[in-house]
Amino acid sequence: MNIGSVSGGLQRLGALVTNGLVDLGVAARFFVAILAASGICLRRPGLVIKEIYFIGVLSLVIILVPGLFVGLVLGLQMYDTLQRFGSGDIVGMVVALSLIRELGPVLSALLISSRAGSAVTAEIGLMKTTEQLSAMEMMAIQPVSRVIAPRFWAGIISVPLLTSVFNVVGIFGGYIVAVKLLGVDTGTFWSQIQESVDFRVDVVNGIIKSVFFGIAITFIAVFQGYHASPTAEGVSLATTQTVVKSAFVILAMDFVLTAFMFRGI
Amino acid sequence: MNRQLLDLWVGIFVTIGIVATVFLSLRVANLTTLQTGSVYTVKAEFDNIGGLKVRAPVKSAGVTIGRVSAISYDAEQHKAVVSAALDARYQFSADSSMSILTSGLLGEQYIGLLAGSDTEMLQEGDLIWLTSSAIVLENLIGQVLFNRAGAEPTKTPADN
Repeated sequence: MNIGSVSGGLQRLGALVTNGLVDLGVAARFFVAILAASGICLRRPGLVIKEIYFIGVLSLVIILVPGLFVGLVLGLQMYDTLQRFGSGDIVGMVVALSLIRELGPVLSALLISSRAGSAVTAEIGLMKTTEQLSAMEMMAIQPVSRVIAPRFWAGIISVPLLTSVFNVVGIFGGYIVAVKLLGVDTGTFWSQIQESVDFRVDVVNGIIKSVFFGIAITFIAVFQGYHASPTAEGVSLATTQTVVKSAFVILAMDFVLTAFMFRGI
Repeated sequence: MNRQLLDLWVGIFVTIGIVATVFLSLRVANLTTLQTGSVYTVKAEFDNIGGLKVRAPVKSAGVTIGRVSAISYDAEQHKAVVSAALDARYQFSADSSMSILTSGLLGEQYIGLLAGSDTEMLQEGDLIWLTSSAIVLENLIGQVLFNRAGAEPTKTPADN
């Protein structure tokens, strides 16, 4: 091994670390800029409502249908396993707890990031490519407050609402399988759920999780779009990166949040 | 898409989301039965509380009438002090007793409250002195094994 390749490798490693730190700095500055520009969302709520339509309303279908199927599958699988211990009756509790604590927030965040996050990135990236953002700046309109901030807040509002819908539909799916298909008693199904699901520990923590996921996926989406290279290739790369990075961040964040929330219970 | 239709759709969406959250809170987490505020707290000292946890139910005649609000340790008497928040709708006489029971063989532990016959009623902050500790399964197994071991020497000569 010659000196040249070693020093080249070191150089690349150094560049990787420095570039990572630079990106992190840019992201942090961008985050602060969005927060500073958020006043427009209160002055012109119409902007946010329009984005809630694109992020929230149009994502309803991809939340309702997979949510139902996740509930159905969970009901079937859990009943099959629990039946071996003679406790098939608690299938409702297992479905509800796993949905509210983990699967609801994580799966709906993943679905929303691939349905809405990628669309937001592509839209902003294309605006940048066609120089609409520069045109706005020429007209003394801040693109961060006019384009970015409404999308950011719309995402934060939409994700927890969609997560709640996902949970309810999932529990309904579990109900269909357990009560209608497998013959668990309706009263037992609901009382087991009510006995085990706690408002503070489970429901509130689930909502807190989904708020964090909402912040993460919308921030990644607008960041990738705003900092995409203004070419067709750059926009497509940024869109892919949004979905990939969102998935990483959601799953990593989920572990950290769970470790904080459900420790010692 | 015109503005009013957009607002309508967003309104429907937000309503669905809020209804789902309310459903989760009321129907799934059963928030309606919590009724905080109208409770009074009594204390009880136990030699051993086993696996009792905060928020475990306090039941009388099988009906949940309160929850364990705090568990602490009395360093002077070396006993566990359990605070229980009881529903103010139910009054119990001052000589009521508490025991730590287990639902099912390996289920969760809860406090069983057996009403006494005193005319004086339990007040906020009262101490319940008639208590019986949790049955610790490991101790029971230990006792069984100990009894078996004690019986063994009489058997072994016969075996040989």
